[in-house]
Amino acid sequence: MTHKNINLKLKVWKQKNSKSAGNFETFVVKDISTEMSFLEMFDVLNERLIGEGKEPIAFDHDCREGICGTCSMYINGRPHGPWHATTTCQLHMRAFNDGDTIVVEPWRANAFQVIKDLMVDRSAFDRIIQAGGFISVNTGNAVDANSMPVEKDKADASFAAAACIGCGACVAACKNSSAMLFVSAKVTHLALLPQGSPERRTRALNMVAQMDKEGFGSCTNTGACEAVCPKEISIENIARLNKEYLMAGLTLEK
Amino acid sequence: MNWSQLFTSSIGKKIVMSVTGLFLISFLVVHMGVNACIYKDFFDPSDNGDMFNRAADYMGKTVVIRLMEIVLFAGFFIHIIQGLVLEFQNRSKRKLGYQVQMGNKGSKWYSRSMGLLGTILLLFLLLHWWHFWIPSRFTERGLENPVLLSNGRVSHDMFHLMKATFSEWWIVIVYIAGCISLAWHLMHGFQSAFRTLGLHNDRFFKLVNAFGIGFSVVVPLIFALMPLSFKMGWIG
Ligand code: SF4
Ligand code: FES
Repeated sequence: MTHKNINLKLKVWKQKNSKSAGNFETFVVKDISTEMSFLEMFDVLNERLIGEGKEPIAFDHDCREGICGTCSMYINGRPHGPWHATTTCQLHMRAFNDGDTIVVEPWRANAFQVIKDLMVDRSAFDRIIQAGGFISVNTGNAVDANSMPVEKDKADASFAAAACIGCGACVAACKNSSAMLFVSAKVTHLALLPQGSPERRTRALNMVAQMDKEGFGSCTNTGACEAVCPKEISIENIARLNKEYLMAGLTLEK
Repeated sequence: MNWSQLFTSSIGKKIVMSVTGLFLISFLVVHMGVNACIYKDFFDPSDNGDMFNRAADYMGKTVVIRLMEIVLFAGFFIHIIQGLVLEFQNRSKRKLGYQVQMGNKGSKWYSRSMGLLGTILLLFLLLHWWHFWIPSRFTERGLENPVLLSNGRVSHDMFHLMKATFSEWWIVIVYIAGCISLAWHLMHGFQSAFRTLGLHNDRFFKLVNAFGIGFSVVVPLIFALMPLSFKMGWIG
C-alpha cells in the first residue's frame, strides 16, 4: 500500500453537554496521511481548531494501542469504523479514499449518555462489574497457581472472554442497546475458572440485575455485537451467560 | 431469583419467549401433520377429504387435545404479549438514534425484524381463526352440511370448507405471504430459542441451526402448498 495524502469531509456530532441538544457540524480536513490513525486525524483537526480560536472536538482516548477501550466513535454506520476487530485508535486512514465524507457519531444508548461531543459516560459498565465481576480472595499467602488444575480448553475460553476491553461497541451496535456481550464476557471469564466458581451463581444474577437497572435492552441474538467487537468476543458467551443465569435461578436456595 | 423475574429481568423475558416459541413450534408440527392429510386426495381422489376430515374430527372431539388447545392459547397469548413488550421496551432504550444506520453489517434483517414479522403473523392468525377455527367451534359458517366419515361418525366437512375458502386468489396469496413470514420468523426464532436456553456448545449449536434452517423452509412450504393445491385444482 503506497503512502499518500488525502482530503476528507467530516460530519461530526457536536454537543455542548449532556443537557444540550447537539447537532452535526461539517469539517474539511486536508493533507491527511494515510498512515495516520483515525484519532491522529482528529488531533490534526483539533490543533487547527485551537489555532483558529475555536473549540476542539471532545473524544475519549487513552492507550491508543487497542487495549484500554476508551476510544469510542461510531464511524459511517459502524462502531469503531469499517475494519474488522479493530478499535478506533487502531483504525488507519488508509481505510478511506480521497474525497470521502465520514460521519462520526457518539455511541447511542440511553445507558450511555453523551457527556460532550463524541464522549459518552460508560460508568454503567463499572457498576455492572462492581455488582459481581470479581472474585473474593481471603488475605494471606497467595496459593501456588499450579496447585489448582485448570483444563486447557477452559483456560483458553476464559482468556478469550477476558480480552473484552469494555469499550461498549457491542451496546452501540445492538438494535436493543443490550450489554449482553460485555456482561457475558465478564461472566464467562470468571465462571470457567475454579477461582470464579464459589460466586458463580450470585455473580450471574447480580450482574444481570445491575445491567437491567442501568437501562440496557434485552438481547435478541441478532449478532451485531459480535460483528463489531474489536476483541472478537464470541456470541457463544451470551448463550453461556443465559445458561449461567438459568442454572443460578433454578438452583439457588433463595 | 423469584418467579416474577421470569417476566421482568432481561434474560427472564427471553426465556419465556424461547419456551413458548418452542412450544408453538411443536404445535406447528402437529398442525402440519393433521393438515397434510388433505394430500391423500392427491393420490386417491375418491377419498374426497375423508382422511383429513377424520383427523380434524379426532382433534376436535378428543378431550386431551381440547385441553391442550387451552394450553396452546395460553402459549400464543404469552408469546405475543411478551414479544410486543420486548419489542417496545428494547426500542425505548435508544431515544436518539443514529444518522447512519448499521443495516445488514453484522446482523440479518430478519433477526432484527422479529417484532414486525410476529405482528404480520398475528394479523394472519386472526384471519386464519376467522376462516377455520371460529366456524368449526362456534358459528358453523360454511359447515352447514355435515359429512358421513368412513369410520361411521358424522362430522364437519372441513375439507370442503378449505376448498371453498381457497377458491379466492387473494386468500391464497395472503396465506402464502403468511407462510413466508413464518419462514423468516422461524429462521431466527428456532436457533435463537436454543441460544436463550443456554446452548453454547458450538458442535451442538451447528446441528440445531442446520435443523432449524431446514425446518424453517420445509414446514412453511408444506403449509403454503395447501391453499395453492386447492386453488390449482391439484386436490379437492
Ligand atoms: S464485548 Fe467487545 S464490543 Fe463489547 S465491550 Fe467488550 S470488547 Fe467492547
Ligand atoms: S485508545 Fe485505548 S483502545 Fe483505543
